[in-house]
Amino acid sequence: MTSGIDSLLILLILLNLILLGASRLHNAVRMVAAQGFVLGALPLLMQSGGAWKAALLLGIGSALLKGIVFPALLFRAMREIQVRREIEPLVGYASSLLIGVGVLVVCMVWGARLPFPWPVPSSLVVPVGLFTAWTGLFLIMARRKAITQVLGFIVLENSIFLLGLLLTDAMPLLVELGVLLDIFVAVFVMGIMVFHINREFDHINVDQLSALREDAS
Amino acid sequence: MRLAGWLHPILALLLSPLLPGVINRVKAFFAGRQGPPLLQPYYDLIKLLQKGAVYSGTTTWVFRAGPVVNLAVLSLVLLILPLGRVPSAVAFPGDLILLAYLLVLGRFFTVLAALDTGSSFEGMGASRELQFAVFAEPALLVGLGALARWTNASSLSGMFADLSPAFWGDSLPLLVLLACAFLVLYLTENCRIPVDDPTTHLELTMIHEVMVLDHGAVDFGFIQWAAAMKLWVLGILLVGLVLPGASGWWGLDALAGVVGLLGVAVLTGVIESIMARLRLLRVPQLLVGASVASALALLLTFR
Repeated sequence: MTSGIDSLLILLILLNLILLGASRLHNAVRMVAAQGFVLGALPLLMQSGGAWKAALLLGIGSALLKGIVFPALLFRAMREIQVRREIEPLVGYASSLLIGVGVLVVCMVWGARLPFPWPVPSSLVVPVGLFTAWTGLFLIMARRKAITQVLGFIVLENSIFLLGLLLTDAMPLLVELGVLLDIFVAVFVMGIMVFHINREFDHINVDQLSALREDAS
Repeated sequence: MRLAGWLHPILALLLSPLLPGVINRVKAFFAGRQGPPLLQPYYDLIKLLQKGAVYSGTTTWVFRAGPVVNLAVLSLVLLILPLGRVPSAVAFPGDLILLAYLLVLGRFFTVLAALDTGSSFEGMGASRELQFAVFAEPALLVGLGALARWTNASSLSGMFADLSPAFWGDSLPLLVLLACAFLVLYLTENCRIPVDDPTTHLELTMIHEVMVLDHGAVDFGFIQWAAAMKLWVLGILLVGLVLPGASGWWGLDALAGVVGLLGVAVLTGVIESIMARLRLLRVPQLLVGASVASALALLLTFR
């Protein structure tokens, strides 16, 4: 099963890299949805022995929420506010990709050396988890549109989910499901926020929100 | 076995014009046309080689050297490049770097010959060619490096001789990544869609075609021949990657290699039929993507 897990993890890396280089929001949302499905399949492959029911529940829940519900919410928000592509990101797409590869190298080198108290299903899990977390943070920092930042938030949660899979023995199912629920509410609220920001300011460029002051004349 | 390697350049010189013919036939099939005969590139070559050349008074020897150097360099490449599982005539550690630089030498002379004419269109084509080359080169070198690390061999023959289905099961993702990178490289270096359109008729949008506008007769024949050889050379990289293991008898291996090349030509025809050309600004992004795939493959070999 190791090669199956490895293939899925490499797929995750590729999806992260595509996200870094995607200029169209539709594509970016689809990539995040694909990540949700990949993450849904991982618990089933990674579980060892008894906990397959919990893994199945977790996998289906994750795939449903991240692969279908979130993208539907985001597509709806994008339709409402009619935004299609990210214009003038703070860091360009090609340079984002190159920075991403650099960070991937660092994650691979360091992530593989982190000592782990029990055997890890694949030596790639920790590096990919770290890289996914970085991708999420980078998307939040380097993009202007609120939608892309919501995507970054989901990707960040994906990484936590992935790293959490290593702890399935230590972390009860209930905690994982609680986190999923939290994320769901957060994305829901953010979808509404995006709509309201757009209605007030006619755009969703968040870097201009910092210019709001009491004494603005 | 080594004799087979020496035959490779001759085989390529004789058979490579078949590849553009196959691509054109596939495109014609998709467009619902009759299309040119399969051997049309041969007829073109024979016609061009019989013509007398005319040279402009402003050009120098560089202009005449361009096509000759290109064809010679590609023939040299075939001496170090194995045909599928048939080992090459010459193999030494690190010959993959020689391969990359021989390809660059050919490109360098094409560009010089284009600049030598003093035409502004050709200068533009040369600049674009070099711009894309800057992005394509890391993809090739890193990809070959990943292959060398993966197979634990330092020469091209060794690398391609060791690849077998047993390897695929071990690391399928690596193989897929490298195949994607090499396919993009193949399309870029041969100026096919989605990077460049070989049938375009507008100088402003051409890349490779515009650089050879001033060549005629024998020189142009050499250029077309070299273009067909380049299809062969870069196709071999891709075919060598996905071909199943050696059969032990070199004739069969060589046949498998040639059939694989024809398959890649068919694939190119299909891609050209169903895809539009990318905007010039988007091409570097595609090439960076190929480099990233190569780099990821290299990273995976370090685990």
